[in-house]
Amino acid sequence: MATLAVDNRFNEFGTMSFTSVTRVNDFIGYLQQGRIMGSRCKKCGISFFPPRADCCHSLDSDMEWFEVKGTGKLLSFSTLRFGPTGFTQGLPYTIAVLDYGDYKIFGRIESSISEAELHIGMEMKTCPHRLTGGHVDYVFQKT
Amino acid sequence: MGKVGIIGVGQSRFVRAYPGSIREMVFESFKEAIGDAKIAGKDIDATVVCSAPEYDRQRSPAGVLVEYLGLNPQPTFNVETLCSSGTTGIRAAYSLVKSGLHDIVAVLGFQKTSEITAADSQERMGRGADIQWESPFGTTMPAYFAMFARGHMEKYGTTMEDMTRVRIKASTYGVLNEKAMIRKVLTINDFNAPASRLGAIHSSPLRVGDCCKNADGSSCIILANEEKSKAMSEKPVWILGLGSASASVNMAGRETFYSFHSAKEAAKKAYKMAGVQPGDIDVAEVHDGFTIAEIMAYEDLGFARPGDGPGLIASKETYKEGKIPVNVDGGILSKGHPIAATGGSQVRAIVLQLRGESGDFQVKDPALGLVHNVGGAGLYTNVIILGRE
Repeated sequence: MATLAVDNRFNEFGTMSFTSVTRVNDFIGYLQQGRIMGSRCKKCGISFFPPRADCCHSLDSDMEWFEVKGTGKLLSFSTLRFGPTGFTQGLPYTIAVLDYGDYKIFGRIESSISEAELHIGMEMKTCPHRLTGGHVDYVFQKT
Repeated sequence: MGKVGIIGVGQSRFVRAYPGSIREMVFESFKEAIGDAKIAGKDIDATVVCSAPEYDRQRSPAGVLVEYLGLNPQPTFNVETLCSSGTTGIRAAYSLVKSGLHDIVAVLGFQKTSEITAADSQERMGRGADIQWESPFGTTMPAYFAMFARGHMEKYGTTMEDMTRVRIKASTYGVLNEKAMIRKVLTINDFNAPASRLGAIHSSPLRVGDCCKNADGSSCIILANEEKSKAMSEKPVWILGLGSASASVNMAGRETFYSFHSAKEAAKKAYKMAGVQPGDIDVAEVHDGFTIAEIMAYEDLGFARPGDGPGLIASKETYKEGKIPVNVDGGILSKGHPIAATGGSQVRAIVLQLRGESGDFQVKDPALGLVHNVGGAGLYTNVIILGRE
């Protein structure tokens, strides 16, 4: 009897993932192809990032993918000098939130950008990023 | 149904590493609260245990604690909302008493953070956010609060000096509090001196000195219905208002980075339930896990208008002699932060103030007090208003 293959692609998200299986695992597939995707409820049209499998407004699960494009405004950021277990080798690094209007994105600033180059309100873009071990995430880059 | 009173309070001394197990640590605050209430364990009808998981290896701590404290076969259960677990326990206990299900309920809050390393603790706390979409980027609580500090600085022109003033106030009172972990008076030089440890950046813009320290500790608060409170306590303190709210777990769901919406919502509900205004509050304990958090609390609670929080601390109006004394027991910044014990410690501080038993940091004749306890980076907030009448 064949065993069911587990789609645990979410293990590949970020430096260290704490989730293996999610109904939006295709997010990782898209990210591996270089595309950053959110999800939109087909019933009420609300866009979600991070993507969701279910809409909390319509309680409908008929969602479609949309690609994150353009730029977002930097809302806030912090550069960490102390990191949690599993992340200390990458210090310092900067976490941030970009506002795209219909949705916001939480992530990291691209590591070559110094803190002095950052200011709240600046436009940045979200780009796919490959890490070691086949892991993927995204980073914010200057436009 | 009548009022719900607090008839006993207890707290262990908060320390970096408690030399014993969780049951022994909780025994300390329980014994103090039982003695304060002048009751026996058999008088307690139920307990609510507050603990954030994964700091020690005990699963389902409630059962372990009640057995050790001699509280079998009374019912017990655990509640958890990160750093606000303690006041969430009080909210649950209030409901148990108010409903008439139980007459007397004890709320036990504890955390033994020294069982794990500082980096592991950062990782656990960071996972008190969105583990699917944020933790893979290496998040920590100091970094989340730092994003709010930067947002407040950008929006209102708040400075690092403003935040330093909060830590200096905390140290002014922490030195007087024999249950506090950090008992040293600090000055601005402690932040600005070359190679200063407190002035070193932790997560920009926050410095090491802007952040609280992990601690081990326990707290115990005993609630009773109106009849028992009046019969058993010479100075019952009444729970007049309870407000609680939540916010988006993911920072991408937050509207602003200079205020906690959950705190504003919780405050609104608590004031409405108590029928009072921010200006009526005589003394407050707010969640100063980070210096910026106290400044935001002034504004979210209505003690200052949005953006005027720095002015309130600069004018020393939140000192003991000011118009709204805040954290005059040293706050979390001095006491240390044993996660789920903190809310009970805050409530204890206000109860002692209202009973006139706060010793060196007693505020002059307060009638109304407020507790503001935040879980995560504004993910949960509980606000409790307490009064003598």
